Amino acid sequence: MNSSKPSLKQKFTAWLENASMLDDAMEKDLAKGSDLKAQENEKAVYEAWEQRQKNRHDTAVQEEHALYERIHHWTMTGGAKTATILYRLFCIFVCLAVTAFMLMMVLDMPAYGNANSPVNNEVSARYIEKGMEETGAVNIVAGMILDYRAFDTLGESTVLFIAACAVLTLLRIDLNRHGLPTEELIAAEADDRHHEPKDDVILQRSAALLVPIILLFGIYIIFNGHLSPGGGFSGGAIIGAGMILYLNAFGFKATGKIMNFRVFTVITFCSLMFYGLAKTYSFFTGANHLHSIISPGIPGNIFSAGLILPLNIAVGMVVACTMYVFYALFRKGGM
Amino acid sequence: MAFIQNVPFFSIILSMISGIFSSALKRKAARSVTIVLSAVVLAMNIMLTVFMLQTGESYTYMMGHYPAPFGNEIRAGLLESVMASVFALILLMSLLGGLNKIDEQIQEQKQNLYFIMADLMLASLLALVYTNDLFTAYVFIEINTIAAAALIMSRQNGHCLAAATRYMIMNLLASGLLLMGITMLYGITGHLLMSNIRESVANLFATGEYHTSLTVVVVLITVALCIKSALFPFQEWLPDAYGYSTPSSAAMLSSLISKSYIFLLIKIFYRVIGMEVVVSTGMTNILFLFGIIGMILGSVSAIRERDIRRMVAFSSVAQIGYIYMGLGLGTREGVIAAIFHMIIHAAAKSMLFLSASGLIDVSGDIKQFRPLRGSGYRHKAAGAAFTVGALSMVGVPLFGGFLSKVYFASSALDFGGIRAVIVLAALAVSTLLNTMYFLHTVISIYRPATQEVPAYNAPSKLSSAALWVMAAVNVALGTLSVPLYQAIARGLDMFS
Repeated sequence: MNSSKPSLKQKFTAWLENASMLDDAMEKDLAKGSDLKAQENEKAVYEAWEQRQKNRHDTAVQEEHALYERIHHWTMTGGAKTATILYRLFCIFVCLAVTAFMLMMVLDMPAYGNANSPVNNEVSARYIEKGMEETGAVNIVAGMILDYRAFDTLGESTVLFIAACAVLTLLRIDLNRHGLPTEELIAAEADDRHHEPKDDVILQRSAALLVPIILLFGIYIIFNGHLSPGGGFSGGAIIGAGMILYLNAFGFKATGKIMNFRVFTVITFCSLMFYGLAKTYSFFTGANHLHSIISPGIPGNIFSAGLILPLNIAVGMVVACTMYVFYALFRKGGM
Repeated sequence: MAFIQNVPFFSIILSMISGIFSSALKRKAARSVTIVLSAVVLAMNIMLTVFMLQTGESYTYMMGHYPAPFGNEIRAGLLESVMASVFALILLMSLLGGLNKIDEQIQEQKQNLYFIMADLMLASLLALVYTNDLFTAYVFIEINTIAAAALIMSRQNGHCLAAATRYMIMNLLASGLLLMGITMLYGITGHLLMSNIRESVANLFATGEYHTSLTVVVVLITVALCIKSALFPFQEWLPDAYGYSTPSSAAMLSSLISKSYIFLLIKIFYRVIGMEVVVSTGMTNILFLFGIIGMILGSVSAIRERDIRRMVAFSSVAQIGYIYMGLGLGTREGVIAAIFHMIIHAAAKSMLFLSASGLIDVSGDIKQFRPLRGSGYRHKAAGAAFTVGALSMVGVPLFGGFLSKVYFASSALDFGGIRAVIVLAALAVSTLLNTMYFLHTVISIYRPATQEVPAYNAPSKLSSAALWVMAAVNVALGTLSVPLYQAIARGLDMFS
């Protein structure tokens, strides 16, 4: 056993006496005193070591730069080309694979018009056989969307409403806090004056002839929605198109008198509120098996089919306004 | 029929009508409407949950005068009412916590539009939770998608507009896939009502008829909802959308909208297609695989991120990975753990986004880590909330994240085989990675500031209060979670 190292017993006693072995070593070192020469020597060694480290670091940095240059060069030339080609090939492969799966699926699906296909079940049978009797609507589609599945259609009308609100969020340019036009607004106005047609005689004459007919046709389609093909969505789209034509021919000054944000808000608010509240009543009475005052009436009459006619009108007004507002917002961010 | 059973219908229709009503209101009134609405919906759904706990039976609710396959129908069970309550609570807290930022970041004239979006988003969340009809689900997904895009772009700067565009492109692709899937499912079963499709699918599966179509339908619907909930590798739209929009929007998007899609996917797996059919198509294996990859890569991206809000956003990718991993096990326990984690993550992530924005506010509006030093002292509520959220996400005991990790691990051990090993390893690695970025942030917000702090406004009292409440909710979720876990388990059993 080496005598310079303390034995286990010595260590234990030292620990009991609460003294560390390290202290002894330190005391010895201190007693030796400082050696100035040794210190200088140490310093030189350290400096040499530092210099070596610095050199190594510099070469590493140079190598890294060279490597980076090479990679960078490659990605800008050969690499970019390879990546683009690979990416395109991959896209083509994915598209072809999806197409193939879809075609396989088409082969597997029941044939179109097949009498035995699963779609021809008791649900569609009831719509066709009892639809008119239960909803009072001669047009089965109107009966389906506005009476049997009215909740989905309420959702769809809300989709239009929320889409209009989203476009308003994105595109509407407002007056500033003090009610004065902003620079953006003035620029949009100028841009609109510059690019859009004005006082185009051919357009104005044909619009004057066509717009009343288009609006009338749209109104007919909405009001006859429960009797013949059509309804709120299609009729509203026609009215909206007529209004857009009028706007194009006569400009915002002419349409602004009857159609501005205030009117838009009032119309959509009233229509959707009416839709929501009327359907709340109908859903609530239906679900709780209460008596409802809404009756289907005599199929074929203009005032029949319970709520379908008013709902068609509400939907039609929302669709027409939404189309017009979309157009106006995309054109100059306002009305 | 007990009157309280009208709650699902009332909460959906009330949210829709409030949205429409807000279009005629000025910003302050619209704001009050939204806050009152979410509080009322929360209260109603808690009452419904209590009722469901007493009766213990799910029920369907006829929307109109025609019974189910002919008319629309919604369905309520314990799981649905719990989810609806959670969604309403988080919406309320996210709005209250971010009101000052909404005021600051959104043009004054457009603020009522923001609250319309919030109302209609709540309506669509509730409809997705309660619907019993696939087409109704699709209609409300449309509303949800548009509302989400509008919530992102309502703060009109370049980042948000780019993020909203990206969000819209990815989500419309997903909507298209989903619609194709639903149409094809209708083509081979002839139904849109969930319970009827389930019967037909069980028949088809037993006879082996339309096998290809059924597989493609499962793939289409799953991929669509994975894109919408940002499962890896579809997460590309997420960091910008969560990182730059106004904090309330980020909180709603991460905690409500993406969760509602995952919930819908679980509902479709259980109530429309049937879990055994899904497992037989092998879709769960794919979800499991991508869930695991997402867990790891999401955390790695978060570690590389220097912007605190984008870091929290990347952590969402990782947490969504956890949820899909649980779903990918395909067992009852795995799905319960996934739903539990969904709730835990929703509660923690909305709080993290709001508190991160609070911390940024008191640090001169710079999102990097160095200026954030000491912000925990400058905004005490945000600091505390961020710490609680970070601890929960890392999975420290007494916080929610720990329990969901335990549930994931135990469900994986029940599953056994190689998958148990993978789950345990992934949980361990991911916990380590989470610790690296979350605790680093927590430590740095409590270190003394090294540079001069620019002048800042005192944090708003309302948002501080909301953050304290959220922190309390998170701690409560972590410590008192057994009833929640049992409610989820009972609710999931009511599904089939």
